[in-house]
Amino acid sequence: MTLILLCSIYALAPPTGVRAYDTPDDGGGSVTIEWQLSQDDAEITRYDIYRSEDGETYEKVGFIGPGRTSIEDESTQDGLEYFYKVAALRDTIRIFSEPSSPVMSRAHLVDRTKMNVFVALLILGAIILYFTYAARRGREMFIRKITGLQAIDDAVGRATEMGKPILYCPGIGYIEDIATIASLNILGEVAKKCAQYDTKLINPNRDPIVYTVAREIIKESYNSVGRPDSFDPDSVYYVTDSQFAYAAALDGVMIRERPATNFLVGWFRAESLILAETGASTGAIQIAGTDQVSQLPFFVTACDYTLIGEELYAASAYISKEPLLLGAIKGEDWGKFFIGVVLIIASIIGLLTTFPILGLFR
Amino acid sequence: MKRTFPLILVFVFGILGIIPFFVPHPVVQNADGFLRNEFLRILVAFALVLGLGSLLKVHIDKIKRRRENWQYSWILIISFLISAIIGLFGGVRGTGILPTSIGSFQFDIWTIYWNVVMPLGSTMFALLAFFMASAAYRAFRARSTEATLLLAAAFVVMLGVLPLGDRISPHLPSFAQWIMDVPNVAGQRGILFGVALGALATALKIILGIERSWLGGGRE
Repeated sequence: MTLILLCSIYALAPPTGVRAYDTPDDGGGSVTIEWQLSQDDAEITRYDIYRSEDGETYEKVGFIGPGRTSIEDESTQDGLEYFYKVAALRDTIRIFSEPSSPVMSRAHLVDRTKMNVFVALLILGAIILYFTYAARRGREMFIRKITGLQAIDDAVGRATEMGKPILYCPGIGYIEDIATIASLNILGEVAKKCAQYDTKLINPNRDPIVYTVAREIIKESYNSVGRPDSFDPDSVYYVTDSQFAYAAALDGVMIRERPATNFLVGWFRAESLILAETGASTGAIQIAGTDQVSQLPFFVTACDYTLIGEELYAASAYISKEPLLLGAIKGEDWGKFFIGVVLIIASIIGLLTTFPILGLFR
Repeated sequence: MKRTFPLILVFVFGILGIIPFFVPHPVVQNADGFLRNEFLRILVAFALVLGLGSLLKVHIDKIKRRRENWQYSWILIISFLISAIIGLFGGVRGTGILPTSIGSFQFDIWTIYWNVVMPLGSTMFALLAFFMASAAYRAFRARSTEATLLLAAAFVVMLGVLPLGDRISPHLPSFAQWIMDVPNVAGQRGILFGVALGALATALKIILGIERSWLGGGRE
């Protein structure tokens, strides 16, 4: 009986080749442990991971299922030496591996796994900056016609002729959302036109920080065209941070004030259709824009003009005709061309390796 | 200086926002956490006071000048004051110094939120069903080639997800799924592709001070 029991114990082979190393590209506090599977991997319940500071007393710090050959211990203290053992477990039988060499975790300065992003950022940044400075040297930049932005002049003009206000909604995003920032850039240009034509601009906001920024932008726009007296501080206001209460408030403004033009430009979610449909029912010209792909169909359906994705970001340059900004857009287009070429080449190589008949690039 | 100082701030904080993405060191990550969580929270608190002040000012002004529907502004101001008093002195779950229940009737902020704010929000959300119907009617009128294509694609997709579609042809559900998975995803990826690059360009323009519309324009 004892012989059978001993045989069953020693029949369980331990994991081998245990290697522990400082987890690369992290902020410290982590060691990665790797091992080779036990020969009896199919029979074991799990692998238990043990850690020691002195190489003699071990404590369990984790476990992982069979078939797995690595785990991260994220509870280490940087600068301390640790030893690791991995135990194969079956029922109550636990067979330990040999201990690993001592290992010490540390914090890394650079995450090398993100170097591809960094290189792409540098290349695209360089292209954009090249065209920006080419524009500064006086190079002519051709930008394709964006119908939605060309309509802004007409929309402001229509509101002026009708003696009705313009409603500008910057969406429900926060100041860190790029769509909100782009929207505030457009707001600056729209506010200048409103100031020039002396048209009332209503700007209800959902976020208190966006409200304070929007208020300053509109005020500065009125100043920049020499109409500081026309700025009405009460027409820029904060409503609520509740998504649907904000939608209800804007619907109320649309119904009561009957703006001649509604700008729905920024970051939107489900309220996009509620706003766009209410605006359409009042007969206002509607210019919408967002980078939220899921909301674009609603705007395309219910609004007269829609700025799709990047058109939203290009808007302030397009309206202001500022050469430097136009240069940046040109750079953006060349960046897209560059990425497009890379994607096409990668796709062709992918296809060539996929079709066995071609057998190239293997 | 009025414009230079904000530009310097944007440049410094813009770069400080990029660095933590590439540097995992705790010193950088903790500083980033402080800026994003603690610093921003203080900033939001100040902005919120300004925001609420603006809201009250607009509605008090509306009552003073007896503008159209001025009576509703009273509802807003009274609701605002009641919520503020209960929230400040009654605590979120009625743990403050102010009693927030009369017998079994509770009126702490948590109860108000779940029984008033949430149902009102849900009501607005429910309106989407009706707006979707009217928007779909407008979108599906076959007035142009694009609208006709949209109508045909929508018709196929709608039939494909219904049991009737499978009865008409067993290939219809898979064709509908193909429309959703291939042409639809291709279009979405095209837009997202431009959005990603546009976001990068916009961020660069703002950090480097090329884009100044947010300053109200001007270059002085």
